[in-house]
Amino acid sequence: MRSKLHRFIMLFLILAVSGCTASHSTLNPASSSAGKVANLSWLLFGIAAMTFTVVTLILAYVIFRNRNDRLHTISEDVNSPETPEQAAENEKRALRVVMVAGGLVPAVVLAMLMALAIVIEQGSAIASASSDTLTIQVIGHQWWWEVHYPDQGINSANEIHIPAGEPVIFRLTSDDVIHSFWIPQLGGKLDLIPGQTNTIQLQADEPGIYRGQCAEFCGLQHANMAFFVIASERDDFETWVNTQEQPAQEPEISSIEAGRQVFMGSACVYCHRIEGTNATGVIGPDLTHLASRATIGAGVLPNTRGNLAAWITNAQAIKPGNRMPPMQLDPDQLQTLLDYLETLQ
Amino acid sequence: MAVSADRDTQVASENLREIWETPDALSRLLSTVDHKYIGLRYVVTAFLFFVLAGINALLMRVQLMSANNTFADPQIYNQWFTLHGTLMIFFFATPMLFGFGNYFVPLMVGARDMAFPRLNAFGYWVFLFAGLFMYASMIFNVAPDGGWFAYVPLTSKIYSPTPNLDFWLLGLMFLGISTTAGAINFIVTIFKMRVPGLSLNRMPLFVWTILVTSLVVLFAVPALTTANILLFLERTFGFHFFDSEGGSPLLWQHLFWFFGHPDVYIIFLPAAGIVSEIIQVFSRRRVVGYTLLAMSAILTGVVAFGVWVHHMFAVGISPLVNSLFGAASLMIAVPAGIQVFSWLATLVLGKPRFKLPLMWIMGFILTFVIGGLTGVMFPAVSFDRQVTDTYFVVAHFHYVLVGGMVFPMFGAMYYWLPKMTGRMLNKGLGYWHFWLFFLGVNGVFFPMHILGINGMPRRVYTYATDMGWEPLNLFITVSAFVIALSVILFIVNIFYSLWAGKQAGDDPWGGATLEWATSSPPPPYNFEQMLAVASRVPVWDEEIHEADSSRVANINVHDADLDINHIEKELIAQRDPSDVYKLETIGTTLITAEADAIYHMADSSTLPLLLSLALLLLFTAALFHQWLLAAIAIVISIFFIALWLWPEETREEAREETA
Repeated sequence: MRSKLHRFIMLFLILAVSGCTASHSTLNPASSSAGKVANLSWLLFGIAAMTFTVVTLILAYVIFRNRNDRLHTISEDVNSPETPEQAAENEKRALRVVMVAGGLVPAVVLAMLMALAIVIEQGSAIASASSDTLTIQVIGHQWWWEVHYPDQGINSANEIHIPAGEPVIFRLTSDDVIHSFWIPQLGGKLDLIPGQTNTIQLQADEPGIYRGQCAEFCGLQHANMAFFVIASERDDFETWVNTQEQPAQEPEISSIEAGRQVFMGSACVYCHRIEGTNATGVIGPDLTHLASRATIGAGVLPNTRGNLAAWITNAQAIKPGNRMPPMQLDPDQLQTLLDYLETLQ
Repeated sequence: MAVSADRDTQVASENLREIWETPDALSRLLSTVDHKYIGLRYVVTAFLFFVLAGINALLMRVQLMSANNTFADPQIYNQWFTLHGTLMIFFFATPMLFGFGNYFVPLMVGARDMAFPRLNAFGYWVFLFAGLFMYASMIFNVAPDGGWFAYVPLTSKIYSPTPNLDFWLLGLMFLGISTTAGAINFIVTIFKMRVPGLSLNRMPLFVWTILVTSLVVLFAVPALTTANILLFLERTFGFHFFDSEGGSPLLWQHLFWFFGHPDVYIIFLPAAGIVSEIIQVFSRRRVVGYTLLAMSAILTGVVAFGVWVHHMFAVGISPLVNSLFGAASLMIAVPAGIQVFSWLATLVLGKPRFKLPLMWIMGFILTFVIGGLTGVMFPAVSFDRQVTDTYFVVAHFHYVLVGGMVFPMFGAMYYWLPKMTGRMLNKGLGYWHFWLFFLGVNGVFFPMHILGINGMPRRVYTYATDMGWEPLNLFITVSAFVIALSVILFIVNIFYSLWAGKQAGDDPWGGATLEWATSSPPPPYNFEQMLAVASRVPVWDEEIHEADSSRVANINVHDADLDINHIEKELIAQRDPSDVYKLETIGTTLITAEADAIYHMADSSTLPLLLSLALLLLFTAALFHQWLLAAIAIVISIFFIALWLWPEETREEAREETA
């Protein structure tokens, strides 16, 4: 039963990832705090459009008035017929307009906007989190996301499951260079910086799949460093947690055991970890529940058997520069390896 | 009387030419210290870097025109955008404006040259060699690839082991020498070499903005140079300034942006000065709010140093600090708003003539206002954290920099090239250039706002089809080629006009400031007579008081209408008659510009070129870690500096010897 539900979710995920349903727009918020920022954005755009219209109208007025005036000589133009007193008075009036329109009005409007922005920023700050708030640790790597649930003992990569409608605390750091953690629909970005832990609180109001992407330039494959946040109802989330807490399934059939031996006997184990086995590498993503994840290569490809085979054979062709070397496996070995990996639910 | 005065003038100008001109073309090429040659060289070289950086941009646009495009691999793409930003900011924008400053500041203040002519030549050679040094990396396929702000640790030895970043660090250290020398030269020229009567409150606004910019350079560039030296030491010798074991990656960001944000105003302020000049001349009205405009430039220059953290809202600094820096950033909007409305008021109250220079300024106002309006959105920290590092930011700063600097630059080209070359640019080609550029720029950068809002991060070499970013990207790429076409038309126009352009005459536009009071192009000595002025718009007021030419050949500040102060009289009385044919110019007091000294100017020399070649050797040696060669280069440099500074015979000594 559980596995049927799981298949269904997986299918949905793969469709979502390879289709176009995962929005990446900041104006399509999925949380109330991102919603406030979206509203603020619209307010800012509105004020900008109004100001731009005023400036454009002034320029249009300048261009279109007096089109048929005869041209004067320079001395006629620059030596105005006004008396010096009139000229001084006109200049004063012009200066008053400049100071009010160019200085005072922007100062007042912007001060009010600033106050509003600070209020919104305060609202998105971490509320006094209760001890049972879910905490997730995210560690940036060139070019993938390591994901830990310290309280649940779950290790994953490039996919973050959270309960919908609840605040979640993310503790962010980096193992190498600076990355930036950004899920546009859930809120603003925050950098992952080596040697420092940044904390951000996010919430998805409704169940759904939200795309995230690294936003700070981090080298060759900055473009292909995506991840997905899957927000589900509390029950579904608990189910997911229970699955993920388990170590990898022991192979029950010999062909799968053969696949496991391919894995354990090759270079895979130096970089990857599978809970409950001798594979304890930490350079690449934890593969204990690889088959439960929707994508491979940090959001680059849907997690299908074919893609997995292509990735294992030559990941450099798919994501040039990433740390995974091409694997020399004969076709039989590859197929049994894939059989084994597909059991890592 | 009139005839004899004419004859005197002719004799005087022949004498002047003999004194100030380097006649032989080859020695002029290598040794001239004439600010006009140097200014023109800056403008041409900077424009070349504009074209090179533009080609990088076009290549990027070809890669991004479709999803999953394989035109470029990430390695070369990262080099393209890093070099695009680095060249545009450091080797195009600032040197271009310094070039116009070099050419026109001495003319606008009525001086014969910059205060330190050899330092000026040195500044150009260093700029040229630093630029070639930087661009050589592209040719050898090891161009910098860490982005134009080169965040550590991505740029540290572990993550960038190849020499790409060393080119960047050393190239910018090298360039910093040029920028600093240029800034000092501007400050002294503006403070001490204005013609009598050109008090601070009469200085043309372009001169004001160059002054403020130079002061900002002096305080900002050391932060960048320091950061570059520290990172070079870390990469080369394993120091720990910026790594997380003992150092801090954020230290780099603070140092870089302490330079980087003021640098935006280093680029914008001189352009704003150009805008004020062009609007004044083509509105045929004294600019409204002269004092406000000068004060705005100063205020911008000061506040520029208090806003750098707004580039770092997403690094995890406390919300209180973020909000404080947000509020400080908003303060910039006040002087910016005052400037824009002063210009608008001048246009409204004046009688504008919509010739090409003014069209570019109208284009400037429209684009720059859009950039400014998105600029005031970022201090709202929560908004910033959504759009920072996306194409929204790319759109914003291109609107500010293309709007705020490139539009005024092209305006200045149409406005000032006739003065520099003696030929008018072709109008028909000019209109095509303007309209294609205006449409192209908005076609490229406006859609980028939408891409950013839709989540497209900057600096990605590829994106997936299903992100929905493809149609806008294709549109942007097409628009980029429209920009390229317009720039090609401009280059064609220059060559065509140099060959067949209409003669410009001394003053084709009805200019207001002193550069229009001499011939086009100006003679090597700039003005036959030392002038004296009593107005902000001396040419309009015809208040240039031509001096009495019979007194001395190349320097005379005397004028019957002006009450000459006694120091000036004394100075003239004390002069040795044999000094008349020396390179001399008059020095004036800082605020009121009363004559207080006669300066002996440096003669043309190849030492600036030789010293910059020695420095090029030093930086090349450092690039290849050849420390012995570097030491030799330092010794050679010191040798040339010593030659340069070797005291010449003083007049007294010379007199004693002849006696």
